[in-house]
Formats: sequence, structure tokens, C-alpha cells
Amino acid sequence: MSEKKFSKKHEWVSLDGDVATVGITKHATEMLGDIVFVEVPDAGKALEKEGQAAVVESTKAASDVYSPISGEITEGNKAIADDPGSVNTDPEGASWFFKLKIKDKGEYDSLMSKDEYDKFCKENPS
Amino acid sequence: MEVQKTALYNYHKNLGAKFVPFAGYEMPIQYKDGIVKEHISTRTHAGFFDVSHMGQFFLEGDETLIESLEKIIPADLNNLKINHSKYSFLLNNEGGIIDDLIITRTEKGFCIILNAACKENDIKQISQFLKKHHKHLLNNDLSLIALQGPKSVEILEKLIPGVANLKFMTGNNFEYEGENLYVTRSGYTGEDGFEISISNTKVEKLIDYLISNEVKPIGLGARDTLRLEAGLCLYGHDLNEKINPVEANLKWAIAKKRKEIGGFNGWEKIKNLLANGSEKIRVGIKPDGKVIARENTKIFSLDNDEIGYVTSGTFGPSVNAPVAMGYVKSEFSEVGTSIQLEVRGKKYGGKISELPFYKKSYVK
Repeated sequence: MSEKKFSKKHEWVSLDGDVATVGITKHATEMLGDIVFVEVPDAGKALEKEGQAAVVESTKAASDVYSPISGEITEGNKAIADDPGSVNTDPEGASWFFKLKIKDKGEYDSLMSKDEYDKFCKENPS
Repeated sequence: MEVQKTALYNYHKNLGAKFVPFAGYEMPIQYKDGIVKEHISTRTHAGFFDVSHMGQFFLEGDETLIESLEKIIPADLNNLKINHSKYSFLLNNEGGIIDDLIITRTEKGFCIILNAACKENDIKQISQFLKKHHKHLLNNDLSLIALQGPKSVEILEKLIPGVANLKFMTGNNFEYEGENLYVTRSGYTGEDGFEISISNTKVEKLIDYLISNEVKPIGLGARDTLRLEAGLCLYGHDLNEKINPVEANLKWAIAKKRKEIGGFNGWEKIKNLLANGSEKIRVGIKPDGKVIARENTKIFSLDNDEIGYVTSGTFGPSVNAPVAMGYVKSEFSEVGTSIQLEVRGKKYGGKISELPFYKKSYVK
């Protein structure tokens, strides 16, 4: 598994061959608060980079989750749809949102590193 | 208009509050624990809420004061005993709800608790009916603290002996730190608890005491999930000037005598609605799955006819499921009726549910 890369919309991506795993960052969950609803995409769905991919709702509001990378969904994580609160406890581990088969590794390479993302969050406090 | 702050603003800040603008005030939406934990700790222990943004409106006058107030408030004020409170409304000429309120009879007159966003207009509306010799004051020198949850009584009784004897929707004067304060047994969470009217100069000391008894600060976020589980309306969402008490399923809050005799704004219309029913009515709604039907979600029948809309919707932490309230055509209002909720363009199943979603434990 490759190192995690990060988007400005607070998603993370890791890469295993040509399959990417996408989730939302710990920082994102802290901004959202208690997560109470998650909708993940079905396998087979084609996604463009920055296209709307999933939904996450906290007690406060609903937010869209975008795919930081284009490709075709191979799996949505049904476990987080059944237990939305798990996204608060392990957002960057077991509570990933979806996996997709990517077309262009260049999109992954262009995302932020962990250090760059941390800096981005500091400079753009919500 | 400049954003206003309550006397506890800095105190909230030190407690790690996240603020949002609400009804012209900077108010805490949540603290460090977050909405779900705040909600649960209110239900299992006790929480305090700074509701000082709400209007504490005092009226004094002779017997003509009741006559004046009853023109706009459909409560039976003649038969309201001193230190007893009623939930009621201000009504416009069409019977629409200008605001919902709690009115308490005091030694000299009445105290009305008004919603923050409405209070300036409310006072204008009430004033139309007042006589020159009726005195009134919106007291901004007082804070209002709600203490809610099963441990409230034990905790407050230690500090202010006697409050445990208050019954739900009654109040009294007590002494604290050499000052008079007014405590009512009431609240808006579905829990036993109190609302404490206390001077801005003493309020921090009261909160210090509550915190030392592990009472958590609770923000507007959990206040909303708590009141929605308890089936209670939020003005500006579930109620507004175009909704009347019959549609709002609040006809119980119109005094029996007033239903018969009338003499208040919009009575003709309300009398007719009481006899014949309204076209739409407020109901509880439970989505079948985990999807949250928020405000403005459209409601459809199983035949895909649009039959109503959601006015409040969230996840209920104590119910451990999404809960909502809204208005549907009356023929679809029976508990158990299957409906559809359109969320993000997709229709999800749901049912008309009993209110409250969470059972109350008031001390009667």
C-alpha cells in the first residue's frame, strides 16, 4: 500500500496497484462532529475527479464527499453505512468510504503529501 | 445590528464553545464533547443551557392587564394562579402564531418568556393591546439558565433549598447570594429540570457551582436534538405566522374556556378549524432507515403525490435513529401511515410516528 495523499476537500487516498482507497480525514471528522449517516457509492459507478461520490451527515448538517481521483467504483464500505459513528473513531483506517480502479496515476501524484495537507489545514482553519 | 452576547459569553469561550450567530446573538452551538455526548449527558445526568438570549418580559397592571393580554394570548389568565406557568402563543388576526411562549403569573402581573428572534416584534404586538397604566419591561439585566436532566433536582436543591418542592410548570422566588432569583420547574428537553432567572452579575457563580457538580454545558445543537426527541416545536421552523395552533397540533394549549368564549385574535378562524379540522397538521415522522430528513424535505404518499414537508429533522441520539417533524395533509396524519421522504432526489420510506419520540419524565 502506498503512502496516503490528501485533497483540499479533506479526503485521503491510498493506492494498491491500480486500486485506490478513499476516505475522509481525521481533520474533516473533527469539523463535522458526530457522524450519524453515511451513503457510499455502489460498485460499477464511474467517477470523475472531484465528482460527488458519497454523503456524510453529522448531527449538524449533510456534506458531500468527492472523489479526489477518477475511476470506477469497485466497492463501497457498507460497514460505515451500518455504523456511521465508526467514521469518527477510525476515519483514516477501517472507516474508509470506497475503493475505485483508477485510470490516471498522475491524479494521485498531484495530491498533497501528509505534511502539505497538515500545513493546508493550519492555513485554512474552518 | 451589532451581534449581541450574553453575560456568559467569555465563560462559554473558556469552556471551549464553538459559536454560531443565532437570532442576533453569538451563541454556543456545542462545546468540546460534541452534540451527541452533550445530549446523552443531559438525559442521564444533567446539563445547563444559557438561554439568556430569550426575552424575559415583565408586565404589571390591574385587572385590565388580563383583558389586554387575552386579546393576543389564548390562555385563561384569570384562572392562572400566582407562580403557575402555561405554554401559549401570540396570535395574529388570522390565528397564525407570532411566537410561542411561556407565561407565568407573578405577584404583580405576568412574566412572559419570548423567543430571542421574535422578542422585539412580540413586544410591539403585545403593546398594541396594553393600556397606558400597564407597565412593561424587557429585562436585559437578567440571565436565564436552564438546568435539565434527572439529577437537576438533587443538584439545585443543595444550592437553593426548596426548589425540589416545585411542581412542573410552577415557580417561586428564592434567595441566592443575597439576591432574589426566580426559579421555575420547566424546560424544553423532555427532562425534569428548572429555568433560573438570575442577575447577570451572579450568573457565573451559579454556573461554577453547576460545573463543580459535573453538570455539562450544552449548546444549541443538543438543545435542538433534545427538544425534537421530546416532540417540542422550534419557532421559525415548526411554527410561523402562517401556521395556526390547530394545524400545529397544539390546540391543547388553547384554554378550554377561551375555545368556547373566544375574544382573541383569529378566534373566528380557529373556532372553525376546531370544529372542522385543518387541511394539514403537524406530525412526528420516523424514516425507516438511517437517512435524515432535514427541514424542507418533501413528503410523498405511497402513490407519489406530494402531501407535505419536513420542518425539523435530525438524528435522535436517545432514540438512536433519525427523527423528524413536519406537516402533512390531514388524511395522511394517522400514526403508522407509510410515507416517502425525498432526500437528495431519492425517495426513502418512513412512517407517521407518535410524539414525543422520547418519553418525558416531568414531576407532576
